[in-house]
Amino acid sequence: MKQALVVDDSAVIRKIARQMLERMDFQVREAEDGAAAAQNCAAAMPDMILLDWHMPVMSGFEFLKQLRGMPEGDKPKVVFCTTENSVDMIQRAMSAGADEYIMKPFDEFIVREKLIQIGLVDA
Amino acid sequence: MSDVPVWESEAQKAQSYDALCAYLRRASGLVLDNDKRYLVESRVAPIVRREGFSGLTELVRAMERGLHPGLAQEVVQAMTINETYFFRDKLPFDKLKDFVLPELITARANRRSLRIWCAASSTGQEPYSIAMILEDFASRLAGWRVEIVATDISEAVLAKARAGIYSQFEVQRGMATQQLLRFFTQVRDDWQLKPSIRQRVNFRHFNLLDDFALLGNFDIIFCRNVLIYFEPSRKSDILNRMTRILAEDGVIVLGASESVLGLSTSLTASPVHRGFFRRGGKAAAVAAPATHGAIGRKA
Repeated sequence: MKQALVVDDSAVIRKIARQMLERMDFQVREAEDGAAAAQNCAAAMPDMILLDWHMPVMSGFEFLKQLRGMPEGDKPKVVFCTTENSVDMIQRAMSAGADEYIMKPFDEFIVREKLIQIGLVDA
Repeated sequence: MSDVPVWESEAQKAQSYDALCAYLRRASGLVLDNDKRYLVESRVAPIVRREGFSGLTELVRAMERGLHPGLAQEVVQAMTINETYFFRDKLPFDKLKDFVLPELITARANRRSLRIWCAASSTGQEPYSIAMILEDFASRLAGWRVEIVATDISEAVLAKARAGIYSQFEVQRGMATQQLLRFFTQVRDDWQLKPSIRQRVNFRHFNLLDDFALLGNFDIIFCRNVLIYFEPSRKSDILNRMTRILAEDGVIVLGASESVLGLSTSLTASPVHRGFFRRGGKAAAVAAPATHGAIGRKA
């Protein structure tokens, strides 16, 4: 089964994202900040990471850079999911190795379509 | 342009729209984002008129009082059917890019012209998606006459389409972030298609019941999820008139779940590309995926 890691400091967002991803046949793990996410990935690399940007302890951006430097760190598809919606931030994220970028607020339709874009869900 | 305004007054606009959104959310779980006002004007206004309400606020009150049982259902449907989005259903656009366009471009090498019609283009995402795909063929099409004609019966959606400004929701449905960065510029929280893409599409007011001769001939006709609203004899009539203005080797593209079964047309379905139809007769032998030479790069 496809593995997803949801990284967001909001428990509500994590829950909503979990439910959406489970409907798309993902097995879902959660982390509340970049550091927890790094620990989670070190134990087992997921297929996909839904990543918030601004979080305490370690931001999504910092985590992404760390992730891509880890062994097998290129394996997970990383999808940012953040209120940051300026072109500069989006470009920074994509240049740092994100595969896709979702601007909050989002809905299930958007998540599904973005995952179709990167081949994790069938069209 | 309706003769009875759907908004009681300009000042009331935001208020009555909010009231409608609140009602729909409560009654049917439907969540509308802020940019659906054009839908209200084109789809709910006729209901307001028909029922003889003074405006949207009165309609919402009537629904809340439960006096008109079928009304709420009708309004919900009006606000939700046939929502278009960029690269809708994905596959037809992949087929267009990987097979249909390369074939046609080769076939038109001498004529150096390509005409595409998007019938019932609504708020423009479909013709603009085609325009974005054509950017990848820019060098092969240098010096060609390439025309995308997009028509709709609603002036409201045409206006929105011409502006080429889409909300954050709209640009995230069906489009990769790289495409967003490549083809759009940010305008506050919205996104506008770059002029080079907007300029590729010619939006025109047109009714599918009118004479197609006014539009000229086409190599590709997109008519997706439109015919479902017509009854069979009308459907056949429209498809037959489209076939008459279609090039010999041209293609008509219908919605993913649409077929021509039971309709009296001369179109045949492509055995390879679902939703793609060609003229029957000697052109019915639809080309297999192009694999020869440098043409037809596979996804």
